[in-house]
Amino acid sequence: MTDTTQILRKTPLHALHVELGGKMVPFAGYDMPVQYPTGILKEHLHTREKAGLFDVSHMGQAFLSGDDPARALERVTPADLVGLKEGMQRYGLLLNDAGGIKDDFMTTRLAGERDLYLVVNASMKESDFAYIAERLKGIATLAPQPDRALLALQGPAAAAVLARHAPGIDALTFMKVARAQIAGIPAIVSRTGYTGEDGFEISIAAADAARLARILLKEPEVLPIGLGARDSLRLEAGLCLYGHDIDETTEPVEANLVWAIGKRRKTDKDFPAAEKIVDRIFNGTARKRVGIRPDGKAPARDGTEIADKKGRVVGRITSGGFGPSLNAPVAMGYVETAFAADGTEIDLLVRGKAMPARVAPMPFVPHRYKRAG
Amino acid sequence: MSETRFTDQHEWVRVDGAEATVGITKHAAEQLGDVVFVELPKIGQSVGKGAEAAVVESVKAASEVYAPIGGTVTEVNAALNDDPAKVNADPEGNGWFFKMKAADVAQLSALMTPAQYAEYVKGH
Repeated sequence: MTDTTQILRKTPLHALHVELGGKMVPFAGYDMPVQYPTGILKEHLHTREKAGLFDVSHMGQAFLSGDDPARALERVTPADLVGLKEGMQRYGLLLNDAGGIKDDFMTTRLAGERDLYLVVNASMKESDFAYIAERLKGIATLAPQPDRALLALQGPAAAAVLARHAPGIDALTFMKVARAQIAGIPAIVSRTGYTGEDGFEISIAAADAARLARILLKEPEVLPIGLGARDSLRLEAGLCLYGHDIDETTEPVEANLVWAIGKRRKTDKDFPAAEKIVDRIFNGTARKRVGIRPDGKAPARDGTEIADKKGRVVGRITSGGFGPSLNAPVAMGYVETAFAADGTEIDLLVRGKAMPARVAPMPFVPHRYKRAG
Repeated sequence: MSETRFTDQHEWVRVDGAEATVGITKHAAEQLGDVVFVELPKIGQSVGKGAEAAVVESVKAASEVYAPIGGTVTEVNAALNDDPAKVNADPEGNGWFFKMKAADVAQLSALMTPAQYAEYVKGH
């Protein structure tokens, strides 16, 4: 066991995790359940088949106020936030001045409200909030919400389950957000998630979190799901994990996240390192983030070197493991652009051996979001 | 009479005459979680005491399996290639990893007895 002298923070659901038999591990400064007695494999498969409840209260939530908070926030992200419609959420990248990715985050414009609602990664929240506050000084004010909790209910049964406690909630389609009452508890509910499945993220007061979690866990379709399955689900869905697949040394274009740059933003070039990033869109990058499917059964983990068929190292895996829904190993990583085409044969250097693999399209498991129309 | 001993790296070895069967302990299997891949040694491979002989991977991570005693690999549990979950289902039985011809059975005396291992695991 690792000796940890740091004091771990606890989410409002900590006692519930322990009560449910969660195996607690340090993650982003929090004592979090990596799995419950169900086990990662079954938790993963259950989420794809029915519904899983995740505690993501460690993530950072904040409101951003000001005369025009959307325009203000565009100073630090290439997302089109001015164009974000009421009742909608949008994915964004927080950039440093060199165009490196400081974090990825979600921005919501709630209907009839002037403030924007933000959710950022747990491991980055202090840094993000300080950066945003500093860069937006005088034009917008950031109010972190440490007293809010965040639950994710994910899977094909999530909508039916939530509708039992929040009639009409199914009217929200993918990326829509609304304030709603769930079992009488006031919440901000979005039709979003990070598993590739249909589902919801539910922001509530910390004081209400355990009560709502217990209500949802009583539903026959719902099991509590730990961080282990959250990681394998998002990897199969081809979604980036901050600190692994993207970080301050990676840029949006090589990370294959051009879709997170608004059309108007590309023209106006008014975000950090805009000239450089727009140039990369048109002229390409030296490396690219790609999906990788090993031919064999051995998983290749984060940090594994990727070589061409002559043994020259051409890249590195940034997330890798076993995909329970595919019953096969899956990975993503960066390769020199000449090796980025789907189907390109490569070798993964695992324990000194070259394991054959191929560049493969992502997501590995099709997304099943409930889109409008 | 067979005799089972345990290592501080959570392998078990069961010796019957000069034949030794090796696997990972129930405690190790529980700590690893769902096993999804096992890399077994080659038949005929000679392994020294404490040398890396196999790899076991769960959804979470990869771990090395070390030879509790020295010897020559005579058989591997090929069933684990198709069904690595056997390691979780029956770690100290059907989930064995490999068999070896022990080079020196006396090496066993340095390993933990079942009672000593049970005590050792308590502290972890």
